[in-house]
Amino acid sequence: MVSGLRILSRVVGKLRPLLVHGPTRGFSASAPEPLHVCVVGSGPAGFYTAEKMLKGHEGAQVDIIDRLPTPFGLVRSGVAPDHPETKIVVNQFSRVAANDRCSFFGNVTLGRDILLSELRKTYHVVVLAYGAESDRSLGIPGEDLKGIHSAREFVWWYNGHPDMYDLSPDFRNTESAVVLGQGNVALDVARILLRCKTELATTDISDYALDALRGSTIRKVYLVGRRGPVQAACTAKELREILGLKNVRVCIKEADLVTSPADEEEIRNSRIQRRVYELLCKAASTHKDNNYKYQKELHFVFFRRPTRFIASENGSKVGAVQLEKTALKVDEVTGKQVAVGTGEFEELKCGLVLKSIGYKSLPVQGLPFDKTRGVVPNLRGRVLSCESETATVETGLYVVGWLKRGPTGIVATNLHCAEETVVLNWNPEIIGVVTIFISHFDTQVASILEDDKKGVLRPPSDSEKHGRLGLLEILEQKNVRFVPFSGWEKIDSKEKMAGQPRNKPREKITTWDGLLEAANV
Amino acid sequence: MLSRISRIGARLLREAKAETRAGHLISSQGSLYQRHVNRHSAPVVTPVLSLRNVLFSTATSGGPDESSQEKISVTFVNKDGSEKTISVPVGMSMLEAAHENDIELEGACEGSLACSTCHVIVMDVNYYNKLEDPTDEENDMLDLAFGLTETSRLGCQVIAKPELDGLRLALPAATRNFAVDGYVPKPH
Repeated sequence: MVSGLRILSRVVGKLRPLLVHGPTRGFSASAPEPLHVCVVGSGPAGFYTAEKMLKGHEGAQVDIIDRLPTPFGLVRSGVAPDHPETKIVVNQFSRVAANDRCSFFGNVTLGRDILLSELRKTYHVVVLAYGAESDRSLGIPGEDLKGIHSAREFVWWYNGHPDMYDLSPDFRNTESAVVLGQGNVALDVARILLRCKTELATTDISDYALDALRGSTIRKVYLVGRRGPVQAACTAKELREILGLKNVRVCIKEADLVTSPADEEEIRNSRIQRRVYELLCKAASTHKDNNYKYQKELHFVFFRRPTRFIASENGSKVGAVQLEKTALKVDEVTGKQVAVGTGEFEELKCGLVLKSIGYKSLPVQGLPFDKTRGVVPNLRGRVLSCESETATVETGLYVVGWLKRGPTGIVATNLHCAEETVVLNWNPEIIGVVTIFISHFDTQVASILEDDKKGVLRPPSDSEKHGRLGLLEILEQKNVRFVPFSGWEKIDSKEKMAGQPRNKPREKITTWDGLLEAANV
Repeated sequence: MLSRISRIGARLLREAKAETRAGHLISSQGSLYQRHVNRHSAPVVTPVLSLRNVLFSTATSGGPDESSQEKISVTFVNKDGSEKTISVPVGMSMLEAAHENDIELEGACEGSLACSTCHVIVMDVNYYNKLEDPTDEENDMLDLAFGLTETSRLGCQVIAKPELDGLRLALPAATRNFAVDGYVPKPH
């Protein structure tokens, strides 16, 4: 066997030089004129766009900038630490970054280190893929009380995002946590709260989060949804996982599982809803009795909407959530079942609240932005000057991902219904649905390639755009210390080394200073 | 043994090719190491049904295994209707086979049942019926596949076996706008 491998390595060694030809073709004597592309944001949206651009255009020179020193966006800071298989896609992204027509510039913030107008002067194409880094709010009384966090903040915290390492959620003074929302993010945060800590100890969860969770007194988690089990916005994979947690009793009221004719219609029309509903029914029957052996409880609370947060007795932090009972009604316009309040209220005691009702994108200077919808007005990804019908296309400017259509599928006439309309394909558990992303980027890149063919992006008169050279010049002028991909690789290997003695895939560096120091910039 | 070596060779070649494509040759060790670490330090990773495993199992089994030398013919039908027929060793997944033959089938999670990017459609229901039923885990992922059909499977879970000789697999057509704006999984 060993000798076989040795022969092989010799064969491969001989073949390697032959293999070099293909990929370097772009730089032969007949190298096409460069198309300078800048992608803002290095999450899945950014990397898939870069990959498709490189594949679709031989002259494309793609620079990816990110405000963090680390690439991969939500794959690093959003995907749960106990889902390592979901993060495998970074192998593919790393191969894209290693393409010699592609460069990564970390630690560069659009709007602060470099302006959108400067990028547009430097590049033929600017693709905004910076996602959604803020949260929707419920807009109900008491939302500012201590002990109430957005799921995004909590997820960033346990995933070691350098902007959230000091969140320090309090798990010690309460036995109950309420999660508002029943999508996959809600299931993620509930699972992290309930999962046995020895199982978490061998993941890439941040060390401070693991310590804090080890001291947690929380033993009941409530998942609250405005609608019923048929409309739950999670996927079967995530649901199956949380229903199978060790030492956790699942509580579902049997009355909530009764379906109406409208529910049955929904189940018939949607495979995913049917499978989610079936899983919930199965869990309800298996967990019906023998509750004594369980240490923890997971409660599915259906048909309830939060109406106010109530302070604890000493007034300093949240002590309960007031919920209004809801009923389903068919909306005459959309034909969908929506939750309406019944005027019946109840209180649910808790010391921690995590709101998982959707993310929100933020605008940057010089970018048309629809504040109510939290998206950039666009036509197949081409940014439009405004929302109205007289809008003109902003030449060379594109949006993809969450920024393009919003992190949830809502038409935001009613912000409060955000959690029930989360569209599955735009969930931070991105990779499960990566097919949809890919076709999305095909469309996106098709728009760019189409515009380039028309000669819109590189008019003959325009020789001012220098791409990467121009970017480097601006960064030098402004004294911005960017982190190249090799800097990330240093962070990466340092983290992996630090993880080894603890049997973790990596020990994340969780501060800005630590990251920049590790990147050696 | 010879055919086994040639398969390992194909694997190494492919890695070499991937790296060349990526523009750096020296990282070969790094990437292998990384995979190794991923495989062994992540307890919840579903076993990867891939050539890596085949490679390990054949390497340790010793004596020749007749079935592993057999090959079947599989045809992939692209989105544009063009076809490519390849021969696939018994025991290999369609995802691996596609990648070895430069067929554009994504494989974001590299066969660990965490994505639906290698969705393929079995074109003949008789062949579909020859496959083992999908597991719950595969069905969970198929829920999210776009353009799902009655005979959809994940490429990483379809393993070549003699009865599948002549199999035809379609890559799901890109119904783009539909998918981007209001994707609804098709009922089964």
